[in-house]
Amino acid sequence: MQINYQNLKTEEAIMNIFKLLKNYDVKPEGIENFISRRDAFEKLLGLGKKAAFAAIPLSLAGVATNNKASAQSATSEDLADVLNFALTLEYLEAEFYTMGLDTNGLIPAGKDHSIIELIKFHEVHHVDLLKTVIDSLGATPVSKPDFDFTAGGAFNPYGDYQQFLALAQAFEDTGVRAYKGQAGNLFSNGDLLTAALQIHSVEARHASEVRRLRGLKGWILQDQRGEAMPAQTQAVYNGEDNLVQGGVDVTTVSLVGADGVTESFDEPLNKNEVLIIAGLFIV
Amino acid sequence: MSKTSKSKVEAPLDFRLNGSRRSFIKYGGATLAASGLLISGCEHLEQILPDKGKGKPEGHPRPVNLGSGDTGILNYAYALEQLEAAFYIEVVNMPYNGIPEEEMVIMEDLRKHEVAHRDFLKAALGDKAIISLSFDFSSVDFSNRQSVLSTAKTFEDLGVAAYNGAGRLFESTDLLLIAGKIVSVEGRHAAAIRSVLDEDSRSFAGSDVIDGDGLDRAFKPEKVLEAASPFILNKINANQLPKS
Repeated sequence: MQINYQNLKTEEAIMNIFKLLKNYDVKPEGIENFISRRDAFEKLLGLGKKAAFAAIPLSLAGVATNNKASAQSATSEDLADVLNFALTLEYLEAEFYTMGLDTNGLIPAGKDHSIIELIKFHEVHHVDLLKTVIDSLGATPVSKPDFDFTAGGAFNPYGDYQQFLALAQAFEDTGVRAYKGQAGNLFSNGDLLTAALQIHSVEARHASEVRRLRGLKGWILQDQRGEAMPAQTQAVYNGEDNLVQGGVDVTTVSLVGADGVTESFDEPLNKNEVLIIAGLFIV
Repeated sequence: MSKTSKSKVEAPLDFRLNGSRRSFIKYGGATLAASGLLISGCEHLEQILPDKGKGKPEGHPRPVNLGSGDTGILNYAYALEQLEAAFYIEVVNMPYNGIPEEEMVIMEDLRKHEVAHRDFLKAALGDKAIISLSFDFSSVDFSNRQSVLSTAKTFEDLGVAAYNGAGRLFESTDLLLIAGKIVSVEGRHAAAIRSVLDEDSRSFAGSDVIDGDGLDRAFKPEKVLEAASPFILNKINANQLPKS
């Protein structure tokens, strides 16, 4: 599975944005937010004129006086690559939940429905936010791939709610690992790094909630994918049984035991590992 | 694990083997010397001198200085993990009235995780670790479910916001990654506590903590320490922490 971000044509990207706006039913006030956020990021990235922006998310409002970007070698292109990778995953999650909510009778009304609806809401906003930031970097947001959440017929998430939840768990746990793996690549830009971390912990909250909805614990024990998870999702959990942090086998400095240590630290996945998982669902 | 991409004149965390006698006594030399993640040298002399607070009246534990650079940020994290660990140890020691099995398991798990974080950070800091802090949980009614779970919710959400805000303050990408491994577990905790405590099924990622862009909170250390200060008896000096 290969995604070539470079070959994306401008018209394709524009078409794609319109398609997305249509898909996500963006309202006029949503577009206003979109514009002001864009300005905000331009400001933060030092690409735009100085101005006051009331709509900057609080957490991003602090203008770095000592922005590491200026001192570091990561180019806007490097940063945009990382964000386009994240965008691909957010497209996947957003579409997965949107389709689930659009499928009559799939998600039980009440608790389950409101949980899935909130998760979808976040993923759709992550898509918007990432596209805005990528734009602000002077790069082109990657187009939304075509997804097949049956993975060629292996799964039936829209006919079987338990399978839908199992895939949701896999996607959320993957999201957590993916953002973690990219944090270092955003290190040169404190504002982007912080925003990515702020998405990362939201994915972790989602993961915990979906796991608990499935009757599991919110945290990952050893490298276990958990009960009733399809074997194909094992790649999401491989390596989570790591005991060594920063060169220290944590079981040698703490009495909590190996199981406890593996639960206490979530492990990253690199881009290729993530794309192999996501690639199962990209046509 | 990749090498740090940055270098500083005064590398706060170095990955060389460390010959500190104190660490050997504390953890057993063989294991940690082999593991090699220890900070060598003593930046803050007061931390290896005898406790000056010994002669002081009770209730006035020694003030602590978190230090500067990556050491300061790790000590900041270590202080928060000490707080969380101490809290859950207390909760598990005297569970609230009528605690259901599911919630007892959560409390035991959270105790385990926070203790692991605490112990790891202490080991990573070696001689530069701040002392064990003293806590005041008198505002918590440990026999009362609402009181305990509300406090847990505050701590977990605060932990998430603290690590999210601290990421950019690190100099070492290795430490950033480790902080990332911890913060997502705090996020998992926060969601679980909220989902057992709050009636609103959307609370696990509620709009009180997640903004309209789908972003969690990120706090600067001053804000976090201010929120934590009612629970911490030691006066904490964070003046030397990196600002950006």
